[in-house]
Amino acid sequence: MSQIAVVDYGMGNLRSVSKALEHVVTTQDVIVTSDPEKIHNADKVVFPGQGAARDCMKELAERGLVEPVLQAAAEKPFLGICMGAQVLLSHSEENQGVDCLGLYDGEVRFFGEGHRDAQGQLLKIPHMGWNQVHYKTHPMWQGIEQDSRFYFVHSYYMAPADDAIVMATTDYGHEFVSAIGRGNVFAVQFHPEKSARDGLQLLKNFTQWDGKED
Amino acid sequence: MSLAKRIIPCLDVRDGRVVKGVQFVDIRDAGDPVEVARRYDAEGADEITFLDITASSDDRDTIVHVVEHVADEVFIPLTVGGGIRKVEDVRRMLNAGADKVGINTAAVFNPEFVKEATDRVGSQCIVVAIDAKKVSGEGENNRWEIFTHGGRKPTGLDAVEWALKMADYGAGEILLTSMDKDGTKSGFDLELTRTISDAVSIPVIASGGVGNLQHLADGVSKGGADAVLAASIFHFAEYSVQQAKQYMAGQGIEVRL
Repeated sequence: MSQIAVVDYGMGNLRSVSKALEHVVTTQDVIVTSDPEKIHNADKVVFPGQGAARDCMKELAERGLVEPVLQAAAEKPFLGICMGAQVLLSHSEENQGVDCLGLYDGEVRFFGEGHRDAQGQLLKIPHMGWNQVHYKTHPMWQGIEQDSRFYFVHSYYMAPADDAIVMATTDYGHEFVSAIGRGNVFAVQFHPEKSARDGLQLLKNFTQWDGKED
Repeated sequence: MSLAKRIIPCLDVRDGRVVKGVQFVDIRDAGDPVEVARRYDAEGADEITFLDITASSDDRDTIVHVVEHVADEVFIPLTVGGGIRKVEDVRRMLNAGADKVGINTAAVFNPEFVKEATDRVGSQCIVVAIDAKKVSGEGENNRWEIFTHGGRKPTGLDAVEWALKMADYGAGEILLTSMDKDGTKSGFDLELTRTISDAVSIPVIASGGVGNLQHLADGVSKGGADAVLAASIFHFAEYSVQQAKQYMAGQGIEVRL
């Protein structure tokens, strides 16, 4: 049976991610694992995560998962979620600066305190709740209407150097990148596993995705 | 278009069952948290909050199983509060599938607990619940104080200062309940909501007093809340969450429809 591995490195809501995947798979097997070999053998890999960038990178290193995760991102359909998306960039401003996986050039930046919207209302940090996702055509968005709302909770956002990897943007005081991807990699800032019907659709799309951009 | 204001139904759970008489005509078992949660999800609830009011701390396992069952089937954010005293309690709820954990009384008696919890699991998982009551007299400047034990015991803590302290200690969100308004169905304490919401840089959920849809809208447009929480108006099927959203959208409030 083909297998989807959810990478377990001690950071976050793995149960929610795996249950949501189990909800949408038809024949695939969903496993939660921190075993490099199982990640290597899986057909698809989901890389979730929440918490601080420093802790994420530390846990990945201590568990010997940096190489297996990068290897998976190099060769098979790969879905990063939240912190699992942010650490794909080269560097994060969080925790006085943290070097990340560096799959793509770019910085993870703080939204900033005292941010206000066009009406002068104070924008709260974390950016928490349902916001609209404006996407570029990609198989992962199939069956999802343009500008649908997904559930976000984060204080830092991705600022990739290369616009070509931007797969969606969202507005919170200013426009920020809410999804990135290239080739077999797709990664989202929001939580599809907590985004009701559209989130489940995105996960379903991943279970059916062949890892190509069109 | 930007971030939507959230509507959060709140369910009281005792010994694994939904209490306060949730009444849906077409629901098989109105005491089953999974069924009720599924129903709210279908109506478009943005999150669901469970408040565990189980009397005995020996029965904490029950709420953990409730969270597991709900999280396995309902794919929107879940918050659990009630009886959370140790980081271990927080971890158990998160591992069971909760996205956020509410800390109330334990924060008052041991503020460092909030720091410890946010440090261990991240700010985004910790909601500090604040029960406040107006203590200023007629003609005085507004002043609210933190109360415990269902609004019976004053703590001497100023609500604004407390909210700022909790935000500083890493709380990701504040669930603000007016003990003057709770259960009255006369609307939120909008001055309290506005004062706290303007004071802190983290999201504020308004709670306590909702009796109709205008009250929900006022919580956002007048109180400045980022989210509104209500129990009875949804439970007794007076209004559906969807109706509430349509109503708020009609007043120009951004919601997820």
